[in-house]
Amino acid sequence: MASGIRGNERGAGWLFVTPALLILGLFMALPILMALWVSLTRWNGQGSPFTFGVPFAGADNYTRLFASDGLVRQDFMTSIRNNGYYVLFVVPIQTALALGLALVVNNRLLKGKGFFRTAFYFPSVTSSVAISVVFLFMFANTGAINDVLSFFGINGPQWFNDPRGVFHLVLGDSAPAFMTDHSLLGLTWWDWIAGPSVAMCAIISLVVWTTSGTFMLMFLAALQNLPVQLDEAGMIDGANRWQRFRHITLPQLRPTTFLVLTLGLISTWQVFDQIYVMSQGNPAKTTLTPAYLSYRTAFRDFDYGSGAAISFVLFVFIVLLTLLQRWILRERKP
Amino acid sequence: MRTLTSRFLGYAILIFFSLVFLYPFVIQIANSFKTEADAAANPLSPIPHPVDTSSFERIFDGTQFPTWLGNSVLVTVVVTVGRVLFGSMAGYALSRLRFPGRRGLFVLLIGLMAVPPVVLLIPKFLVLNQLGMYNSYPALIVPLLADAAGIFIMKQFFDSVPVSVEEAARIDGAGVFRTFWSVVLPTARPALITLTILSFQGSWNEFPHTLVSVQDPGLFTLPRGLADLVSGSLGAGTQYPLKLGAALLATIPVAIIFVVFQRYFVRDANEGAERG
Repeated sequence: MASGIRGNERGAGWLFVTPALLILGLFMALPILMALWVSLTRWNGQGSPFTFGVPFAGADNYTRLFASDGLVRQDFMTSIRNNGYYVLFVVPIQTALALGLALVVNNRLLKGKGFFRTAFYFPSVTSSVAISVVFLFMFANTGAINDVLSFFGINGPQWFNDPRGVFHLVLGDSAPAFMTDHSLLGLTWWDWIAGPSVAMCAIISLVVWTTSGTFMLMFLAALQNLPVQLDEAGMIDGANRWQRFRHITLPQLRPTTFLVLTLGLISTWQVFDQIYVMSQGNPAKTTLTPAYLSYRTAFRDFDYGSGAAISFVLFVFIVLLTLLQRWILRERKP
Repeated sequence: MRTLTSRFLGYAILIFFSLVFLYPFVIQIANSFKTEADAAANPLSPIPHPVDTSSFERIFDGTQFPTWLGNSVLVTVVVTVGRVLFGSMAGYALSRLRFPGRRGLFVLLIGLMAVPPVVLLIPKFLVLNQLGMYNSYPALIVPLLADAAGIFIMKQFFDSVPVSVEEAARIDGAGVFRTFWSVVLPTARPALITLTILSFQGSWNEFPHTLVSVQDPGLFTLPRGLADLVSGSLGAGTQYPLKLGAALLATIPVAIIFVVFQRYFVRDANEGAERG
């Protein structure tokens, strides 16, 4: 071994990374490869999937998700629809709420910033399971939410038993014939435009409530780094508060807004814990999401091949989103 | 006058949202001390009438809560120690030590950080099953002992600290290990505290991993046990006071850590913003 200050760094370097490398390799990298293999088989959970006896399915598990008519595709497409509406509601609402709260907390005239920041952020550090229990109680038929609603004269729904889509509720009960006659990928047009179910709305509100605080902190950090001079210049030029926000603050927040939107987009496609605890995909499969469907297919129906295939489709989709995000952020950097 | 109205409006908004964000916890605490009938009739009321502690008695006598609590403490302690130790070692090596393959490892690390945890459920089960570890304490603990994000935080930290102190130690003849233990780690205190807190919070709250690593209720951690209570292992009735009480007990440790070490949580979120 060479001597000198950097002499034993070669060996030490590898030694220092070995424990972490072993664990990440054994429980992240290797399992992904194993699951890729299982997604090409019809393994049912008996014995080892890495023996000759396991029936090989080729691309069957994947084509059943997209191409062949049947329950598998119908469930998968339903889960994509549900998660799509979930993303469509959660991401804009949590971003707007986070930005709004950050702007108010950042107001120089107000005292007690520390307290409000803590209050808004606290829900995001708690256990997703524990907080789901609280929201199950709040959205129960005789729960706090329906109590508040009845105070305003509204008869609250039976949240977790209500599979009606909110867009269907707006459009009315009767579906036009052309909407039910045509279908796309196993779901009728009418089913596609259902919107999130009433049950899903309860989950959406829980997630917005837990994550807005984290994103508020990001906006707050960005706001505190903005130069005051620009805002003051705007004030001298006679711009009112809205104009200053719209034309001075918001453009400067663009990188943070982009980050918050994409982080939201990436995490909302992974919703699992809340679904598992609160609804298990019910009622009428309207809270089924790809992540939960993949779990259920493997561990409840013992169709590991199909479950792994769903995981992989989700995996590729989310990694693509992440790469896109990183690529765009890299372009922006000076 | 205008500042007065805007100040008033600002406080009104802040107080309204504080209620929105904190009142669910008030509801949780209050209802865990109510009788089931009271909780169903007055879910919004912050005052239990009458005060009833029987749900807490049943949590400890009628469920496996004490076992789950013990398992959670064990998992959290071991995982936190592991993540801090392995994370700081790997982060230090990636930042400071020159060895072949370092750049490749860093690229791999960045790649692993992009892997969505939720798609690892089936894969993790497969590997635990194949290794014969499924349904055991090692299955619950070992896969969580290192996390890519923790290594990344430590690497960023070491990148931001000048090397001069360690170089001096090295010139004095201390080896890489001695330097790491007695010179590097003590100076890395702020980053180590951040990593400790994040690891504590992450492993205490960890849920999906327990779904695919154990199935024996004697091996459940608190989140898994709670999920089990909710999905109906309790038998008759909704038993919300009991469920809320168990969820409350599971929340308290993280709440205490959060209040005491708040600035470290905040710092991490801010760094997240700057990473972008």
